[in-house]
Amino acid sequence: MSEKQFREAIREAMVEEMRKDDTIILMGEEVAEYNGAYKVSQNMLDEFGGKRVIDTPISELGFSGIGVGAAMNGLRPIIEFMTFNFAVVGMDQIINNAAKIRYMSGGQLKIPIVFRGPNASAGQLGATHSVAFESLYAHIPGLKVVYASEPYDAKGLLKTAIRDDDPVIFLESEQMYGLKQEIPDEEYTIPFGKGKIKREGDDVTIVAHGKMYHVAKKAAEELAKDGVEAEIIDPRSMKPFDFEMVIESIKKTNRCVIVDESHPFAGMAAEIGFIIQRDAFDYLDAPVQRVTVPDAPAPFAKNLFDLWLPDAKQVIDAVNTVTYRN
Amino acid sequence: MAIVIDMPKLSDTMEEGVIAKWNVKEGDTVSSGDIIAEVETDKATMDVEAFDPGTVLKIIAKEGESVPLGGKMAIIGEEGEDISDLLDGDDGGGKKSEPEKKKTDDKKEESDSGKSAKKDSEDGDSEDKDSGKKEDEEFDPLFGELEDDKKSSASDDEGEDESRIKVSPLARKMAKEQGIKLSDVKGSGPNGRIVKKDIESYEPSSKKEAKAEAPSGKAAAKPSDASNYEDVPISQMRKVIARRLGESKFTNPHFYETIDIDMKKAIEVRKTFNEMPDVKVSFNDMVVKACAVALRRNPKVNSSWLGDVIRRHKDVHVAVAVAVDEGLLTPVVRNTDSKGFSEIGAEVKELAAKARDKKLQPDEMEGSTFTISNLGMFGIEEFTAIINPPNACILAVGAIRDVPVVEDGKVVPGKRMKVTLSSDHRIVDGATAAEFLQTLRSLLENPMSMLL
Repeated sequence: MSEKQFREAIREAMVEEMRKDDTIILMGEEVAEYNGAYKVSQNMLDEFGGKRVIDTPISELGFSGIGVGAAMNGLRPIIEFMTFNFAVVGMDQIINNAAKIRYMSGGQLKIPIVFRGPNASAGQLGATHSVAFESLYAHIPGLKVVYASEPYDAKGLLKTAIRDDDPVIFLESEQMYGLKQEIPDEEYTIPFGKGKIKREGDDVTIVAHGKMYHVAKKAAEELAKDGVEAEIIDPRSMKPFDFEMVIESIKKTNRCVIVDESHPFAGMAAEIGFIIQRDAFDYLDAPVQRVTVPDAPAPFAKNLFDLWLPDAKQVIDAVNTVTYRN
Repeated sequence: MAIVIDMPKLSDTMEEGVIAKWNVKEGDTVSSGDIIAEVETDKATMDVEAFDPGTVLKIIAKEGESVPLGGKMAIIGEEGEDISDLLDGDDGGGKKSEPEKKKTDDKKEESDSGKSAKKDSEDGDSEDKDSGKKEDEEFDPLFGELEDDKKSSASDDEGEDESRIKVSPLARKMAKEQGIKLSDVKGSGPNGRIVKKDIESYEPSSKKEAKAEAPSGKAAAKPSDASNYEDVPISQMRKVIARRLGESKFTNPHFYETIDIDMKKAIEVRKTFNEMPDVKVSFNDMVVKACAVALRRNPKVNSSWLGDVIRRHKDVHVAVAVAVDEGLLTPVVRNTDSKGFSEIGAEVKELAAKARDKKLQPDEMEGSTFTISNLGMFGIEEFTAIINPPNACILAVGAIRDVPVVEDGKVVPGKRMKVTLSSDHRIVDGATAAEFLQTLRSLLENPMSMLL
């Protein structure tokens, strides 16, 4: 075991896989010469050379398309977006080509590609640089969506993503790159569709992924002081999603709060809530609650932004609602 | 865009402000910084400034009116602007023409979604709550089970509350598994929703009984122990007794008169009768007969209060209270005054037997004009009875006692019986009742006169 930052964990996943498989390439803005906008790809140009670690122009649609084409022709590209807020201009390639070519070719073509980069908000970045995209991508058949919250998960999940023969959206966060965690030195992978119970408790199930896991964790610590033991489930991959783990937990706790950085309407939380009411109806003692950003773009002003982003207090309020404590 | 001027917080402690003076009127133009009004707070009169320039479109709170903190005072905007959505039904919404109204609705929808988005971030999810509420009204997913609940409660004698029971799915499942009737459980959740902890803490009466029985083996639990009792279901008869006698006692103004009757001669006469073959007369039969005759002679007592009239009954039908296992019944001896001792005796005996066997027909218990309750056989000296509606009076008969009496200045052994007449003062007055009792006494003290 050794302590690694989130960015190191991701780098290790890429480097280890690239050493084993020559067809894997990394492509994106500033990934090579600059060692990555967030230093995720540090020293990778030196190790793998300019043919495998490629700087692109500022043209997300262009290099996304190159990635899809390369994948169709036998490579296994990793496309890094400086943020998924910029990937919006590349969405035609992601949604219409990457996600659908295997289907449209009747399985003759596969698209083993990973689109990765920071997702959602990272402080005062304004309305167009603060969107959480997991719900949007998870909506599209043919895409797998992963949003890890900790270095250990990130490394194991990214390796699975790189080895997967289908397109994977791998979401990170600028605010989590420095997060440290002890991770094993030996190789491991984490399968998609398997969540992790990161805190055990009997009183309420909190489902939280990505950056919001840390908000839920803080809320759970506060709640514990009040005698409320929350069980936190980090689903880790948004699609496929580990509904079974959530349902089993609710059978024990009878209540659920979903914390999701997406907007509320038609978001991940809505989908999870739907499955819960269908599959755990008889186990619910209170309506499922969700904590999300509002149905409004991110404000820039610090005070408004702080109100906009879910925090521990909002999670605690929701827990109090489902446990009939207020 | 029009802006609402809200009541500002002008002092730390103010909760509302009174508009002392408006410096502007509707239609006036104001610039930013203008003092538009003076407001009286709990502390002082303060100026209210306009922050935005514009035209005063509407003064909502008039001078002298009190406005809560944040309440609407006025609206400032561009001349001619549609401010109906800002008024929120404060004023004139109904007067608008149809297309205008439509426009207002559209705007409202926009502002609503904005609002819900804001709330979403605050309390989890208000949007969902709202739509959930709507579903509740339109669609009842629990209809089937509720129907069952209704059926089972309909089979009870008392009409139970048939309104929708709000219960969490989990609590419903738990109740079903444990055989708990949801209508018996009190919900502690929002709007009385029954939740898990309500089922967990629910104690059915049968459970309580079991609890009460369990510790009784051990040195019979303390009398103060709340678990040391048994709840007995209320039978139909008890319900009727409770209702009728409660009603009688609480509506009929009762008064009571007691008289002591010398029973020496009655005892002698009875003895003589009973020496005859196939004759068996009881003191009760004699009291019944005496009452019947007394009623005939005092028709005011043989009456009923009907609300608008007092009905004087032409026939005398005396009812006799008969104790049965579950309570008491009052079979009626019809035309009592025209029947002899033994005839009355045979009839009372037959009716009492029927009463104990629960074979009395309703018509055998209806139509009484007077009732007698006799506890003499239990040694009760005297007592008061509750009038059996619609009778005017009831006679409570005590035991015949051996008492020392003074006759001709000497103390001699005597046989005395106390009877107490309960009367409904709306029908019978004290003197009327006293006259009846006097008649009754003279009849029992000279039993042969009853035969006249």
